[in-house]
Amino acid sequence: MKKDAILILEDGSVFYGFGFGAKKTKVGEVVFNTALTGYEEILTDPSYCGQIVLMCYPHIGNYGINFKDSESYRIWVEGFIVREYSKIYSNWKAKTSLDHFLKKYGVPGIEGIDTRKIVKKIREKGSMKGIISRDEFNIKTLMKKLKETPSIKGRDLVSIVNRSPYSVFRRYRATERQSDRATVAVIDFGVKLNIIRLLEKVGLRVIVLKGNTELKEILRLNPDGILLSNGPGDPEGVTYGIKLARELINYNKEKYLPVLGICLGHQLIGLGSGAKTFKLKFGHHGGNHPVKDLKTGKIEITVQNHNFCVDPETLPSSFEITHINLNDKTLEGMKHKDFPILSFQYHPEGSPGPHDSEYIFQEFKRLIEKDE
Amino acid sequence: MPKRTDLEKILVIGSGPIIIGQACEFDYSGSQALKALKEEGYKTILVNSNPATIMTDPEMATKVYIEPLTVEYLEKIIKKERPDAILPTLGGQTALNLAVELHEKGILEKYNVELIGANVESIKKAESREMFKKLMKEIGIETPKSGIARNLEEARKIAKRIGLPLIIRPAFTLGGTGGAVVEKEDEFSYFAKKALEASPVSEILIEESVVGWKEFELEVMRDKKDNCVVICSIENLDPMGVHTGDSITVAPAQTLTDKEYQELRNLSFKIIRAVGVDTGGSNIQFAVNPENGKIYAIEMNPRVSRSSALASKATGFPIAKIAAKLAVGYTLDEIPNDITKKTPASFEPVIDYVVVKIPRFNFEKFLEADQRLNSSMKSVGEVLSFGRTFKEALQKAIRSLEIGRFGLGGDGMGQTKRVEKLRMANRKSRMVRDFLKEIKEKLKLPNCDRIFNIKYGLQMGLTVEEISKISKIDKWFINQIKEIVEMEERIKKCKVQSVKCKEILKEAKQYGFSDYQIGYLTKRSEKEIRNLRKKLKILPTYKSVDTCSAEFESYTPYFYSTYEEENEISNHSVTQSLSRSVLIIGGGPNRIGQGIEFDYCICHASFALREEGFFSIIVNSNPETVSTDYDTSDRLYFEPLTPEDVLNIIETEKPYGVIVQLGGQTPLNLTKHIKKKARILGTQPEAIDLAEDRIKFSKFLKKINVKNPEWGKARSIEEALRVCKKIGYPVILRPSYVLGGRAMEIAYEDEDVERYLERATEVNPEHPVLIDKFLENAIEVDVDAVCDGESVFIAPLMEHIEEAGIHSGDSACVTPPVSLLEKTIEDIKKITEKIALNLGVIGLINLQFAVKNGKIYVLEVNPRASRTVPFISKAIGVPLAKIATKIMIGKKLKDFNLKYNLKDYCVKEVVLPFIRFSGVDPVLGPEMKSTGEVMGRAKSFHKAYLKAQIAAGNRIPEKGNILISLSDRTKNEAVPIIKLYSKKYKIFATPGTAKFLKRFGIKVRSVEKIGKGDFDVEHVIKNKIVSLIINTPSGKKSYSDGYWIRRWAYENQIPLITTLSACKALIK
Repeated sequence: MKKDAILILEDGSVFYGFGFGAKKTKVGEVVFNTALTGYEEILTDPSYCGQIVLMCYPHIGNYGINFKDSESYRIWVEGFIVREYSKIYSNWKAKTSLDHFLKKYGVPGIEGIDTRKIVKKIREKGSMKGIISRDEFNIKTLMKKLKETPSIKGRDLVSIVNRSPYSVFRRYRATERQSDRATVAVIDFGVKLNIIRLLEKVGLRVIVLKGNTELKEILRLNPDGILLSNGPGDPEGVTYGIKLARELINYNKEKYLPVLGICLGHQLIGLGSGAKTFKLKFGHHGGNHPVKDLKTGKIEITVQNHNFCVDPETLPSSFEITHINLNDKTLEGMKHKDFPILSFQYHPEGSPGPHDSEYIFQEFKRLIEKDE
Repeated sequence: MPKRTDLEKILVIGSGPIIIGQACEFDYSGSQALKALKEEGYKTILVNSNPATIMTDPEMATKVYIEPLTVEYLEKIIKKERPDAILPTLGGQTALNLAVELHEKGILEKYNVELIGANVESIKKAESREMFKKLMKEIGIETPKSGIARNLEEARKIAKRIGLPLIIRPAFTLGGTGGAVVEKEDEFSYFAKKALEASPVSEILIEESVVGWKEFELEVMRDKKDNCVVICSIENLDPMGVHTGDSITVAPAQTLTDKEYQELRNLSFKIIRAVGVDTGGSNIQFAVNPENGKIYAIEMNPRVSRSSALASKATGFPIAKIAAKLAVGYTLDEIPNDITKKTPASFEPVIDYVVVKIPRFNFEKFLEADQRLNSSMKSVGEVLSFGRTFKEALQKAIRSLEIGRFGLGGDGMGQTKRVEKLRMANRKSRMVRDFLKEIKEKLKLPNCDRIFNIKYGLQMGLTVEEISKISKIDKWFINQIKEIVEMEERIKKCKVQSVKCKEILKEAKQYGFSDYQIGYLTKRSEKEIRNLRKKLKILPTYKSVDTCSAEFESYTPYFYSTYEEENEISNHSVTQSLSRSVLIIGGGPNRIGQGIEFDYCICHASFALREEGFFSIIVNSNPETVSTDYDTSDRLYFEPLTPEDVLNIIETEKPYGVIVQLGGQTPLNLTKHIKKKARILGTQPEAIDLAEDRIKFSKFLKKINVKNPEWGKARSIEEALRVCKKIGYPVILRPSYVLGGRAMEIAYEDEDVERYLERATEVNPEHPVLIDKFLENAIEVDVDAVCDGESVFIAPLMEHIEEAGIHSGDSACVTPPVSLLEKTIEDIKKITEKIALNLGVIGLINLQFAVKNGKIYVLEVNPRASRTVPFISKAIGVPLAKIATKIMIGKKLKDFNLKYNLKDYCVKEVVLPFIRFSGVDPVLGPEMKSTGEVMGRAKSFHKAYLKAQIAAGNRIPEKGNILISLSDRTKNEAVPIIKLYSKKYKIFATPGTAKFLKRFGIKVRSVEKIGKGDFDVEHVIKNKIVSLIINTPSGKKSYSDGYWIRRWAYENQIPLITTLSACKALIK
């Protein structure tokens, strides 16, 4: 077989491999994910917008794509790097192959390269941009293109995932009032479908609103709780989200309105409260990070997917830290001391990954019901 | 939560002798646990009857008891030591069963001992199939439809309700002994009865067959704060129906979506909580219907297991060590991850490679056995292999097996050549059709060659779907094998010198192809390919096993090879210090004749090297062992033990020297390939060769004036008969250069010789057959010694209890000797010294002697570690392997001031696996068949022997009826011994024996031959009228009465003695 795909990293290292997926050239920030399963969820997670994902586990594609496990209606990653793409898939649920899925959304993939070497490089040098190409092999041209593409720092990627006519908010906007269920307004910064599934599973009605919706517009719908969703990129780029978070904290001074922040939503609450965020060296992407609940001492094995982090040193005294990451002691969960505001850096909705933290949705529901 | 301070002394129960289903993985887990408890400052008491274990080394616990694992002995130890707690979850099923028994007999309560790591209730919930199923129902988890039967009638009723096919499993047995899949109605009663007999509580589970469903295992841990983690998921390539110990298994699971995997994870936590395993590890097995994803829980083991040892080695997460720490009160987040140092143990390991385990079978030793695989385990060992892809790991695993294969075919071995020929033949020809039929049959019925047949099938044109349909093996795995087949075709077409060749060569290496295979496929030698590969700079890269897919820096030097860009050895944080490094070559997979004893020696070598400031490097492929614990050496390579793979390590590490004399035959076979590339430490290969070469060795003995039995060699029947005539019958026949007495036989007449040679040519066509004079009725003696080139330290002699002709590995033995004259002992020592010094031994040497009519003959000299090294080391308290290692790196015997004072008698007894192999005659002979050993120590020989019998599981009755059936050859000699027995027991005998014994005035009740009356042999055995059986076999007649006596003795668990000398030893 002929090597027909190339990957170049910002530091100039070049890898030749075999291509799969779309015959295209794509640039993105290269991140590695250590999860052993769940590539369909990862590819369709809007939080990965702007990123090229490398899967640490070498065999990818084994169980195909079944669409039911997708976290949104399309693939968001820019490119996909694996050690070995599985030529066939085997699972009773599978509907199509990973290769076909990537082609459909114009995403190039590269396989047959020393992925572990790249992981170690990123671990040591920090995250960097990369370019995957299946149609252009001139290193100079590719390097130029790589350099021209802006980094994710400071950029608003939410507007990209929110721009599409097919955004989830369309599907859920029309949800009719279901009997006496309390309503959660999910502010969609790139929400994963499993968040909505789990909110509904615990008995909440969900309405989904675009990330740039103004507070007064939200309040017009008279929600019982607000969820600030996960999403891609640098929270500092999402100014309207920070504004909304700030307003929600202030609104609670007047009226009880529970707020749950997840991942980007959590970072926005942090920024809204006056804290700062910083970029991790290479982020957390996987499904095995231990997080400790400081109150109970219990450990949750969590799903992580973030490059930015709330700096605990800058957190105002009105907030308390509730969860920390046991690997690097970073902030994983916090709550407001007086108001019903909770937020988590990790993903209680899992998908892919453990279900250890699903209780958070129950907790959120309890907070909502407390008011009644 | 910190550790418990209310505990001071903790008793750990080992798992006893190595048997099928319970091997040295429990030495690994037990040793880890003991180390962990010691680290925490607890006093530890260890009880284990197996002297070949590392865990029974004196430094492993505060106090080590090498005593039988029975409640009676345990009570004595508890009474004496008064431990605060017992940790029973590390010694396999044996330890768990004992814990339950101790509880039920009120002993725990009496001495106020707490069980930690598991409680009796949870053990029962998990172990009793009925309770487990009930519990599963309560928590809403499905299990196969089933029923419990306590007799045959109940069993039949249940079978009718569920319908065929169904599975029978006996309760409370090891490794699924007595279990079976029943597909035909007329087979049901037979298997049900057998299973009822196999269960110690006479209880069997009959259940809906899920044969062909996908099988998954999860290794789960829980701490007392209810934190749960999954350490590893394992997918069985062989679907449900084959015991997981006999299945090829793969980690992590390959064909589950995240949603499906998380569902199994959730169920596992639900199960471990419901069963009530408060702390520690459990193994949970699931069956998943490939058609619709339906999940059944199959079973759970509330303890560490073979699978958890595998999971530990596969991920780098030390389950047993962590389990021990959790048992004394720690929580997962309080324990650091050894490998990353900075992150805690409360996480789930992730891996960026694939691990394949393949079981190692020994069917060639049990030719009559039914070789089909089912729910009763039959494999004697296993290998584990790492690769960046399944293909690579699979091929590496196959060449790790040491079955003469170099990968998955493409090596000219097995059926490879036949496939090559038939692929060219007309597809419609009879030959091809017959072959396809044969392949399909082998794909359908699980057997140890199935993996090869998948490949043959693909090569013969069967499709992935067809093979999957026949074998029920997931098509993902079959397609991987198809990719190997396709690569093989590309290699064949490759023009070796071309540029394109370089790319194909590299890809081939990434697919796990060995140089030998590539050589075979391109019609070149292994060496040519190796040189070409090196010229093209296609070199192995070593990657580390780090629990975290490189997300964090790792500190534990645990490596496997692959062919990629970055080699992590060169920049690993644990670099070799200035000290010199030594590579120790391991023993490979356990098989009969090559077991834990050698792993014990390898571990000791590593300990010794570290003590002396050397950098120790171990290479091995066996996941069950202590030697493949990343703690045992300074650097561990988990690699196949083939010339190619070992040379790669030598070229990477450039060690000061290599130790080959401690790992049994495996490293010795490698010596000729590596001696030019590395310094062999200790005894030089030439001396080892000399001892193996009959002609040279005889000359050598003659020169130093030492006698050996007359011998000759032959390549044809005619030649063999001539030799036999010259030296006189009886003779021992054997092929040259094999360990464990494979294919050895005693011949009493020409006919035996002819029969043997007809078969022997198949065993080893290149080597002649050796014919030795068999010294009937001689006393055989084993000697282990250490030589430094100047002087020799000789351990006390070990006298065989079984008579000459029984393989030394199967013979019980006693030290010090009981029937040798002082002068004979001194003479043997003198000869030992003479041979060791003249041979140039540096390190260990083992000699076997026969003493007949006051004359001493040398039977065998092995200038290397022997199977008896751990036993004798423990008997005298001198670690011979450790001392030998230090001598190999330059120390002298005088540096150690070695002394021993052996006041007790120590008896080694073996355990035999006949119960696993229906159809096999349970008789001892020159071919080794035992899987493990125990030690009995006492003030008198008789007591030590009895103790060893108890430890080996032979419950010798104090009184009652015994059945005697003697061969004509042994009758005369037996009379005085039987007289002794008649004072203690009531004697029953077969007609001939009865008639004979009566003549000497022994009171005997005659028992009819099989089927010759109501009171026949079958009747007295099966109704357990007799509780001890003495049967001396007569020759090779199959399916005689004698055969059935022995078979039934095993199947009814009645102690059986087959040699007169054992008879003698047993009675005072």
